[in-house]
Amino acid sequence: MATNLLFDIAWTHVTSRVRQTLVGMAGVAMGVGFTIMMAGLMQGSQIDFLHQLVDTMPHVTVQDERRTAPTQPAEQEYGAVQLTDVANLNSRPGIKYPETVMASLRSWLPGDVAPSARTTAIIDHGGGRIGVTLVGIDPRLEVKVSKLATQMRQGQLGDLARAPNAIIIGEALAEKLGVKAGNTVLVIGGQGAEVTASVVGVFRSGLKRVDEGQIYSLMSFAQLIIGQDGIVNELRLRLNDPLSAQRIATQVEAQVGYKSVSWQEANADLLSTFSVRDFIVLTVMGAMLLTSSFATYNIISTITHEKRQDIAIMKSLGMREYAVRRIFIIEAAIIGAVGILAGWLLGYALCYGWSKITIFNPLTGATVPLQIYYSPTHYIVAGCVSIICCTGAAFFPARKATRVHPVEIIRGAS
Amino acid sequence: MTEIALQSVGLVRRIEGGVSHTLVDGIGLSVKRGEFLAITGPSGSGKSSLLYLLGLLDAPDEGEVIICGQPTSKLSESERADVRLTRCGFVFQFHFLLPEFTALDNVLLPMRAAGKMGDKEMRERGLELLTSLGLKDHADKRPNQLSGGQRQRVAIARALSNRPEIIVADEPTGALDTASTEQVFGILRDIADSGRTVIVVTHDPALAARADRRVHIVDGKIAETSAGHALTSEATALINA
Repeated sequence: MATNLLFDIAWTHVTSRVRQTLVGMAGVAMGVGFTIMMAGLMQGSQIDFLHQLVDTMPHVTVQDERRTAPTQPAEQEYGAVQLTDVANLNSRPGIKYPETVMASLRSWLPGDVAPSARTTAIIDHGGGRIGVTLVGIDPRLEVKVSKLATQMRQGQLGDLARAPNAIIIGEALAEKLGVKAGNTVLVIGGQGAEVTASVVGVFRSGLKRVDEGQIYSLMSFAQLIIGQDGIVNELRLRLNDPLSAQRIATQVEAQVGYKSVSWQEANADLLSTFSVRDFIVLTVMGAMLLTSSFATYNIISTITHEKRQDIAIMKSLGMREYAVRRIFIIEAAIIGAVGILAGWLLGYALCYGWSKITIFNPLTGATVPLQIYYSPTHYIVAGCVSIICCTGAAFFPARKATRVHPVEIIRGAS
Repeated sequence: MTEIALQSVGLVRRIEGGVSHTLVDGIGLSVKRGEFLAITGPSGSGKSSLLYLLGLLDAPDEGEVIICGQPTSKLSESERADVRLTRCGFVFQFHFLLPEFTALDNVLLPMRAAGKMGDKEMRERGLELLTSLGLKDHADKRPNQLSGGQRQRVAIARALSNRPEIIVADEPTGALDTASTEQVFGILRDIADSGRTVIVVTHDPALAARADRRVHIVDGKIAETSAGHALTSEATALINA
């Protein structure tokens, strides 16, 4: 059966009812457009968040602890012995021979590694006391493993080395305490050390829990607060490919024996909410596309109903049933294809429009533009799903209408 | 056997349902090549049903229709459609043209569906057919721009387009005025004279009288067969009573 004949008939049907056709196309266009917008918005914000996370956090953190408590000598000696609540004999904290470990890691790591001494401390300023995480770093190595240097709002990372007992604090914390670069605060360690420190810089990472609860100093200062000279209790790794963190962390842990946590593992709870969110978004987008195809269903139903006589004529002339049915599928495909094209434009326009909108975040106090992720995948997937929905929606009314026996219609007309 | 264009053997067609009804009741009929056969009968006699069976538009419950020596009872619906497309041309009481298409496009439809000719060849044949039926100037008009007689002539041109052996017409003049009736009938007569088989269902005794042969159907059975020219006016009055 000549396909262009079927297309001609379909085209004639579609173009002779412009208004209905436009409504159908508009339905498809809106479904596709909103889907693309939603996908761009959702993935945009997600990727933006992940970027922030990946930028701010070490990709892999090697900590001076082990995943399971080490077995006691007695247990090693006598299998039947079970000991609990035993003080660890090797309880001296810190990573042993950190320089050796780092050198060994650098030899194969696709990225870099920097040591740090992490502890909890209290900042006391003007009577206000706030618990913080103090991270002692080496500024020269730090630039290789974190973006801290680029996140500075006041002062510079290098200023840490220019003053005694210098610290850099998060912007939110600085606001809370009411301090600026140049002020002094009291830092109190867990072992009771109390040291007056001068604030030489303020940073903003964008992650609230970091900006509000983390401060940086030189290693020596942190070691002073911890009360253990020369301690390195954390190695932070930055990788060329952040997505390989999980695999690398496993390798590192196997090599050095210390607990190595990838950023994915550290944020597993967050990432799992992403997968829930993805599921919800996909469901909503699928529903939108499906709903938009109902307009097509409606139109094809109407056309097949109006064209009962034409269907009977074509069948009586000797056109096969499937060929006649295909006419209406082609009609839906025409409506769908034009609708999808319009939807792509609409989707792009909406994404563009949204990207111009800025949102004030009361938690971070920052005004940021909506992050939109532009991906051809969104357009292709929305288009494919939509065309399937449209032709599927046309199939049922078309099948019903073309099944009719021509004699019934011809008799009815005479 | 090539003499016989169409033959039916013991055709039976029933309507099943709340009230079962036999529309066509064991009709056997042979139509020669080039013959102009008129089927007459009162309303509800089953003459149209018989015509649909002969034209393979409908399938019999019993019996056989043999078209050009080919039995058709075992054919699938698609194969029957193919036979309709190439061997039978249909003309209905109402023109049944596709309203959005021009006269020429309507004539081209069966040829394009068959897909055996090139575009140029089809177009030439379509125009030739329309010209021969006096519609040369109306080729690009849509059905609603044509008169009833013109539409019916377009429908005849469409029926002829694939050069079918058999033309099947169901009350082709039923909705036309006298002049158009005369014209359409003349065309059908010419088609028969040119060697094709024409089977017409009609109410009009005057037209039936001009056929080569007339078969009168009553209650789904052949009540009378006669040469058209022999039909007397009294008999005609009787038939129409």
